[in-house]
Amino acid sequence: MNVDNSIDCKGLACPEPILHTKMAINKMESGQILEVFTTDPGSINDMAAWSRRTKNPIVDKSEDGDVFRFLIQKA
Amino acid sequence: MSEETKSIALVASKGTLDQAYPPLILASTGAAMDMEAAIFFTFYGLDIIHKDKYKNLKVAPLANPAAPMPVPNIVGVLPGMTYAATWMMNDWMSKANVATIPKLIEQCQMAGVRMIGCQMTMDVMGVKRSDLIDGIELGGAAMFLDFAADSDINMFI
Repeated sequence: MNVDNSIDCKGLACPEPILHTKMAINKMESGQILEVFTTDPGSINDMAAWSRRTKNPIVDKSEDGDVFRFLIQKA
Repeated sequence: MSEETKSIALVASKGTLDQAYPPLILASTGAAMDMEAAIFFTFYGLDIIHKDKYKNLKVAPLANPAAPMPVPNIVGVLPGMTYAATWMMNDWMSKANVATIPKLIEQCQMAGVRMIGCQMTMDVMGVKRSDLIDGIELGGAAMFLDFAADSDINMFI
């Protein structure tokens, strides 16, 4: 899947991954894909909740060791 | 406000470091979740937006069994204990990579969180508008309740 923008939130604690994700999404066009890397275990549920609430779907998520990767499509 | 838009109204009434985090985190996150968010700063909560104080909020070592330094209250009254407890809390926060209070305030402002200073408690405590950081609205109970009445989430912190 083509990634249009990528942000690195590794090491950041709540609520920063969400705030950075929102700021990045704001600058993107509808349909574009944002890639987000996190290490905060709470970010799994937080990103899901943020996605449900803002209606920007998580189209893919994966885990590599301690790092979580989310692909979010801007609504 | 559209039917879809959710809204969060918070009262920040405490001025210690640990109590400054929840309103700022919830409001900035709410705004990031497309909610309208407002924080009403009243009584000691005004310290969170006080120019000379918000960068140096402190942790209470007394009557706080969960303080970073679990010491008997009789020790907590000694000079320097507030400084020590505050230092430890800031050290924890920094090791956990948690944003600082000034950073969270900046993020609230960038996200459009409404920040309202309580005029009545400012008068009581001798806090002037020029003592507060930029971008603060001033108002009273009615102004806050007007916003809170239409809010989906209301919290007193």
